[in-house]
Amino acid sequence: MIKTLKASLAVLALAGLVTLNAAPAKAAASKEPLPARNWSFDGMFGTFDRGSVQRGLQVYLEVCASCHSLKLVAYRNLSGIGLKEDQIKTIAAEFEVTDGPNAEGEMFERPAKPSDRFVSPFPNDNAARASNNGALPPDLSLMVKARKGGADYLHALLTGYKEEPPAGVKLGEGMLYNVHFPGNQIAMSPPLSDDAVEYADGTKASVEQLATDISTFLAWTAEPELEERKSLGIKVLLFLIVLTGMLYALKRQVWADQH
Amino acid sequence: MSNKFYDNPVIKWVEYRLPIFSFIDESVGSGYPTPKNLNYWWNFGSLAGIVLAIMVATGIVLAMNYTPHVDYAFESVERIMRDVNYGWLIRYIHMNGGSMFFILVFIHMFRGLYYGSFKEPRELLWIIGVMIFLAMMATAFMGYVLPWGQMSFWGATVITNLFSAIPIIGDYIVTWLWGGFSVDNPTLNRFFSLHYLFPFVIFGLVFVHLWALHVHKSNNPAGVEIKSSEDTIPFHPYYTMKDLFGLGVFMIFFMFFVFFAPNFFGEPDNYIKADALVTPAHIVPEWYFLPFYAILRAVPDIWFISAKLGGVIAMFGATLVLMLLPWLDRSKVRSARFRPIYRQLFWVFFVDCLILGWVGANSPDAVFHGIPFLWIGQAGTVYYFAHILIIIPLVSILEKPIMPPASISAAVTADGAATKPAE
Repeated sequence: MIKTLKASLAVLALAGLVTLNAAPAKAAASKEPLPARNWSFDGMFGTFDRGSVQRGLQVYLEVCASCHSLKLVAYRNLSGIGLKEDQIKTIAAEFEVTDGPNAEGEMFERPAKPSDRFVSPFPNDNAARASNNGALPPDLSLMVKARKGGADYLHALLTGYKEEPPAGVKLGEGMLYNVHFPGNQIAMSPPLSDDAVEYADGTKASVEQLATDISTFLAWTAEPELEERKSLGIKVLLFLIVLTGMLYALKRQVWADQH
Repeated sequence: MSNKFYDNPVIKWVEYRLPIFSFIDESVGSGYPTPKNLNYWWNFGSLAGIVLAIMVATGIVLAMNYTPHVDYAFESVERIMRDVNYGWLIRYIHMNGGSMFFILVFIHMFRGLYYGSFKEPRELLWIIGVMIFLAMMATAFMGYVLPWGQMSFWGATVITNLFSAIPIIGDYIVTWLWGGFSVDNPTLNRFFSLHYLFPFVIFGLVFVHLWALHVHKSNNPAGVEIKSSEDTIPFHPYYTMKDLFGLGVFMIFFMFFVFFAPNFFGEPDNYIKADALVTPAHIVPEWYFLPFYAILRAVPDIWFISAKLGGVIAMFGATLVLMLLPWLDRSKVRSARFRPIYRQLFWVFFVDCLILGWVGANSPDAVFHGIPFLWIGQAGTVYYFAHILIIIPLVSILEKPIMPPASISAAVTADGAATKPAE
């Protein structure tokens, strides 16, 4: 979806767009259609499957969090997927944050509190690149909203790795072949494998299951308001339909002498 | 002043000093005579006014929680979405309200085209309307920059760069617009300031629009002027009630998107924070700009005019040329109901606008069944201008219209006889 260019190239591309000579970066390689999946949060009455979204949190913490940040989400927000206060405190306390300055003017380390945002794996983008072969693992907070296809795309990406690229496709240094990644070359190695985590609720951790759970969790981090939005929306629409029906009757009555 | 309401001593006291009650009554009340035959296409003006008010109300609340700084803008919008009480609701109403505003105004404008509402003596009413449309586009463009996502940034870069097409001073103008040498913090700051200002400019224009409207009253589907009191009914309760019902239907449509498909009109890329070093694969504007975007890209190099300058002239010209319509269309008959050829061409024009929008959403070098989108866009652009500048004047002279009814009341009765006056 995104093609990294130098700033000057970008300006050239823009000029090209206007003068019609541009060839906007297109996925040169194969482009498979996204399989549409059924998600618990789809539809007008959709909610996040509590089991799946909590398992997804576990996948994030044990797998994704080693490279990907989740900067927009606070530990306290986890109450939105059914975690109890003490569970949230336990999770937060596993991470260290820098606070301060204290009365002596010194910065100090302390365990994270529920009010803190998810602690990022790297102190800054350069450190993240340095540890990842030059590639920057993007923040995952809004990932589901920031990609066409949303959770479908995420699931397809996580299960779309091929060990060998098709004949004729040459991969760059350290790159891997993924059917659904734009351009098909991805720097992230396949993050999921069977039994990559041991689910607390005993669910079998197949790649398929892991991908479903993490996609559900990231759908929640992108739209934590979804359940409240949809349930309020049903009430608003019902109210408006009844109101509009009554307004129509009133309109007919007012206009009766004109027809 | 026959209204019983005015017997109230307090009302009387105020009215004597400030005749606000009679003003309201004569503007939108029982004292404002309105053609009795308006159909539901006449609901869209008042709906657009209501959405303007909704946009201002939600916008003021958003501004209380938004930070116009390149380092914080994106995060402050997410804070609104996550931490501000019902912030997601207010933002989604504002975000989708922009699209709704354009849907309503497009319908309002096409209605004016179909029923000849721009014709004498409503030329200024129409021209002020086009000015409102221009102000809306400027406001929407600047508003889209504020969340500081990838499309915000790159959209702003593409559109502000268009001004560099102006000969000699173009580059200076772009630097002046940016307040620097690229779209950056000064640009975001001024766009925020102007995005807050422009809606009030629109309010002012709407006031003048209504002022002009109330002089000669609404046009109507028959396109004949009001001739007697038999042709009219009081705005209140008839049209207040009809508008309220229309508002209910519209709110169902609007709220469906707000609650169940809030990002339907948006681009996923705008949930990625702006990055000057990463260009999105496809820079596309908001849907309501797509026909204009197609026109911008359709123009090739013509003689000494570069494609870029030509495209900019065509894009702005596409809206400005609408102001000439009252003089381009010389037909004395207003309503397309009585103009068989114009009526068909109206729909051709409507489809042409849809095609231009579809072309605008695609990359110009993409291909549709062997036909490059560029060609489709060029054909659509040629037809757009030919329709307004050549076809409308020619048809208005050559066409033989059907005789319109003698009066509005004759138009609403099957036998052509005058109706009884309303009780």
